[in-house]
Amino acid sequence: MSSLTQTRAPGRVIPGFGLSLGFTIFYLALIVLIPLSAVFLNTFTMSWEAFWRAVTSERVIASYKLSFGASLIAASFNVVFGGIVAWVLVRYRFPGKRFVDALVDLPFALPTAVAGITLTSLYSANGWIGQYLDKLGIKVAFTPLGVVVALTFIGLPFVVRTVQPVLEEAERELEEAAASLGASPLQTFIRVVLPGIVPALLTGFALAFARATGEYGSVIFIAGNLPMVSEITPLFIITKLEQYDYAGATAIAVVMLIFSFILLLTINLLQAWTRKRAGKK
Amino acid sequence: MSAVLDKPTVVAPRSLARAPQTNTFEPRWVRWTLIAIALLFLTLFLFVPLVAVFTEALKRGWGTYVEAILDPDAISAIKLTLIAAGIAVPLNLVFGVAASWAIAKFDFRGKSILLTLIDLPFSVSPVIAGLIYVLLFGAQGWFGEWLAEHDIKILFAVPGIVLATVFITFPFVARELIPLMQQQGTEEEEAALVLGASGWQTFWRVTLPNIKWGLLYGVILCNARAMGEFGAVSVVSGHIRGETNTMPLQVEILYNEYNFTAAFAIASLLALLALVTLAVKSFIEWRLHQSRSADTGTTERTQ
Repeated sequence: MSSLTQTRAPGRVIPGFGLSLGFTIFYLALIVLIPLSAVFLNTFTMSWEAFWRAVTSERVIASYKLSFGASLIAASFNVVFGGIVAWVLVRYRFPGKRFVDALVDLPFALPTAVAGITLTSLYSANGWIGQYLDKLGIKVAFTPLGVVVALTFIGLPFVVRTVQPVLEEAERELEEAAASLGASPLQTFIRVVLPGIVPALLTGFALAFARATGEYGSVIFIAGNLPMVSEITPLFIITKLEQYDYAGATAIAVVMLIFSFILLLTINLLQAWTRKRAGKK
Repeated sequence: MSAVLDKPTVVAPRSLARAPQTNTFEPRWVRWTLIAIALLFLTLFLFVPLVAVFTEALKRGWGTYVEAILDPDAISAIKLTLIAAGIAVPLNLVFGVAASWAIAKFDFRGKSILLTLIDLPFSVSPVIAGLIYVLLFGAQGWFGEWLAEHDIKILFAVPGIVLATVFITFPFVARELIPLMQQQGTEEEEAALVLGASGWQTFWRVTLPNIKWGLLYGVILCNARAMGEFGAVSVVSGHIRGETNTMPLQVEILYNEYNFTAAFAIASLLALLALVTLAVKSFIEWRLHQSRSADTGTTERTQ
């Protein structure tokens, strides 16, 4: 904490540095840091073998595969369609655009449990959407495919909201120049537009992926929750807790936490890259 | 979640930031195909589910709907949700203002680490957020024995639910305010102080009016998440009907009992809350845009 001393004094006259920073650090420690460290400290009571056994059991490996696999598919899906949505919202005019733009944030605002039961009823065999898919022999609800649908819903705003501002800032002059020099629209898009938005697309992908791996509420209703088949890692932690296997639950939580910290770091780097690409600011 | 929620929205109201241009080069059919794909995707994933919530809730008519909402267990779930949000939002509001004051108005070493730490709860799975409090306050937890001796209940009781909600919604207000206050700089506060205003006067009369829309923006997002949180609260609640069930947990119980209409009735209240949140959010973005265009030329856009 001693390193948090004021290094420069632009706001020499502005008061409240000690009070505001002191309170910030106190509250951060009380609510986040101390409780979070409990998870890590608790695993030290386990032997290394016990920890390793807990985080590599057959059932938990199957849950990693589902959680990460479904999150990857959902985030990729969102890169493609979220990218198109962002493009359409920035570049084109059409009726109802304001409404559509506001609606994109729905997955942020709608409680996950509501999303979960609604998607389940839509995609079950007699649901609005499920009945048509059922005729084609596609089952969504209570299968791993349902997990992908729920995670796509949850991750939908991330790509749109990271790509949108970058597209707005993009210099149209470059595209005009490319076009006047004889580039086709497709060439212009691939050579001029795409390189500019790749960092934002990747950031959006990483954010959607990070959110999806930890997601619980929207998934458990639609997943079916069969061990080895459609059981996500967060649900497995809850199963362990319900069996009073606190050590086992904590061990898996530590694996997930380490993974999310790595993702958080990656996202920070990607955002720095996005800002650099956007340039000048 | 963190970065997206704040930066693009408050700092730069997107679709309004620039008048749409139509001089696009791609052929017409490409344009309309892209619009069609985007709208189809959004209809399928956002609009249809939204309509479905209300349709399912009203399937058996208004009578059943009202009955489901006035059920004593439902009422107590609504009350508990209001209590949890009523405590979590003000706490995180005070924190958000303090943190953004320290970070935006002063330079100090370790600032970027502090920013990352504030974001942490966003990258922690809700289930793990709940698990934390089980490890601390559960029967086998660090404080479990002490709490049992003194007959204090945190886990499977209201305090646990409030704590989990505070953790989950921790960064919301701070993440909105920090970029906004950084962008505004310190000149206005310095002027007020030089002219003899006290620190608190400066805050109430200069800073607060400047950040009020950003503050409100953070508060409504924080509130939406606080009222809707499911995973973290589910772990610490213990699911005692009429006592430790919040609205989302009540939705789960009713749904698992195949009481779909009642589950969707409660869910529709939460969906309404989401719609109100989106409406207020759009309104604030519009206000921010207004105040920015009135503010000709200055600080058009900052990252």
